[in-house]
Amino acid sequence: MLLFLARRTALAVLVALTVLTFAFVLTRLAGDLAIVIAGPEARAEDVEAIRRAYGLDRPVVIQFLDWAWRAAMGDFGQSFFYRERVSTLIWERLPITLTLGLVGLAIALVVALPLGILAALRENTWIDRAVGLVAMVGQAMPSFWLGLILMLVLGLQLGWLPISGTGSWQHYVMPGIVLSFSAIPALMRLTRAGMIDAMSSDYIRTARAKGLSRGSIVLKHALRNAAMPVVSITAVQLGFMLGGSIVIETVFALHGIGFLAWESISKNDFPTVQAVVLLFAIIYIVLTLLADVLNAVLDPRLRAS
Amino acid sequence: MSAAPRAALLEVRNLRISFGGLAAVRGADLTVYRGETHCLVGESGCGKSVTALAVMGLLARNGRRKADRLAFDGQDLLRLSESRLSKLRGDRMAMIFQEPMTSLNPAYTVGSQMAEVYRRHRGGTRAEALDRAEDLLAKCRVTSPRLRLGQYPHQLSGGLRQRVMIAMALMCDPELLVADEPTTALDVTVQAQILRLLMDLQRDLGLALMLITHDLGVVARMAHRVSVMYAGEVVESAPAAELFGNPTHPYTRGLLACVPVPGKVRRDQPLGSIPGVVPRIGHGFAGCAFRDRCGQARAECARTVPWRTSGEHGYRCILPPGWAGPASLAA
Repeated sequence: MLLFLARRTALAVLVALTVLTFAFVLTRLAGDLAIVIAGPEARAEDVEAIRRAYGLDRPVVIQFLDWAWRAAMGDFGQSFFYRERVSTLIWERLPITLTLGLVGLAIALVVALPLGILAALRENTWIDRAVGLVAMVGQAMPSFWLGLILMLVLGLQLGWLPISGTGSWQHYVMPGIVLSFSAIPALMRLTRAGMIDAMSSDYIRTARAKGLSRGSIVLKHALRNAAMPVVSITAVQLGFMLGGSIVIETVFALHGIGFLAWESISKNDFPTVQAVVLLFAIIYIVLTLLADVLNAVLDPRLRAS
Repeated sequence: MSAAPRAALLEVRNLRISFGGLAAVRGADLTVYRGETHCLVGESGCGKSVTALAVMGLLARNGRRKADRLAFDGQDLLRLSESRLSKLRGDRMAMIFQEPMTSLNPAYTVGSQMAEVYRRHRGGTRAEALDRAEDLLAKCRVTSPRLRLGQYPHQLSGGLRQRVMIAMALMCDPELLVADEPTTALDVTVQAQILRLLMDLQRDLGLALMLITHDLGVVARMAHRVSVMYAGEVVESAPAAELFGNPTHPYTRGLLACVPVPGKVRRDQPLGSIPGVVPRIGHGFAGCAFRDRCGQARAECARTVPWRTSGEHGYRCILPPGWAGPASLAA
């Protein structure tokens, strides 16, 4: 188990370093940053001054090492657009995005797992087909549209939930529901497929021959074996939900990381862009690592290899 | 093969099993007595395994089971609800399977899978259940049983896994053990060990053992009583010595002629074989399913064939008992 952990962690660090490099290189490819910062009407001297002030006149390798070193210390420099330290910007917004992502994921799991299990146990019945239809509709529905519908119905007509902002936990319910819709279909389908597979396996026949209760057969013996692909995809989905919540953050006026990413890209605020890209990458890496560890806990065979 | 107490533990009368309109078993009769090994023999696809699964109530969802009588210790299994039946399974009747590699749950330790069945039926603490599991593993000749309890199935060889399956089946002292080709997937040397183990356990614990096999050598070594199945029917059933000494159904005779007997069959002499293949049995099929492959077939074989008995020996054929003279099968 320790060896497994060490190997996975080493791999994760390697991936993080690669992303670090890409995050830096990609922003440099966007054009001469000094000109961009100075604006279209700037004189050549101003551009030159900016280039010196931001250290853009140094060799790219030195710039990279300098940035990477500071980034490793948690210093991402100053944002051009917000006139604030990038780390401060991120610290302010990260809790909002994390809360939203976790609420979305929780809703997705609470809906997708039972439905997936139900569909598997009632394979090829109308229940299975109804569940499949729900998944398809969920997949097809654009999130901004669903967000607006929910606002109209739950927020304005029924007045149950606040429609925008981040003041209380209620503010996260509607965006959480909308966000969960992006994860529900995949999670449900995988749960269903995994459960169908597990329920037709020899060890489930053994469990039945042992006279175990239905609950124990389904939840203890089948679900644990069906859970592994679900755990992996959950990690990916959560990463996707954290990074891909830009539309939802905009619709519900939640100023999280997604919103920050969108704004900094459109303003060519390269220190912020670099930091956000790196942050999302690290979130992905940590989540995949967590999924690997969780799978190793679930499946003893993974620990051995 | 001592005279066993003749109390029927499992009675099956006219068992019929179908899968979506395809008949897998078409009226099988079977009686397993307490403390006896009853072997069910036949080719692949003749309905041995589904018969065993139907007895245990473990048929796949698309399997349909009907019978005139299906009783365990006088209790009608056909009327038992799934939850009542599950109280019986693993407790008084247990089953082991052909595939030891996949029959254990890969996610749980041997100990937890063994303890689980005991605690389900007998209650008690986990520690008590694990102690019992250790005893049974030792009884099944598993080395360092305490250590095995903490191991996962993938850490064990096929033979060891089958021993674990057997030990697990014995956790609640079942009266009936159904073993569906328990050695088919194992190496030859391991096969012999597992069969020896089953034989000893059957004798020591007084188990009723329903052993499914296609290996007549196994039958000769282990069976008190043998039922031969062909195309979803029991075609002959007799005490083992009687069946080997006086096989009556042409199919049984054909099967026995396929087995080389050391000392009796010369090296250059071709082994027997039964021409043709097992027919597909559709709806409305009547008569003997073996007639197309049978050298003795005549017109009346296409009508319903009666079950004839003489003493404990029964068979389904129009031929009279002793039609070919006793034990003239080696030729």
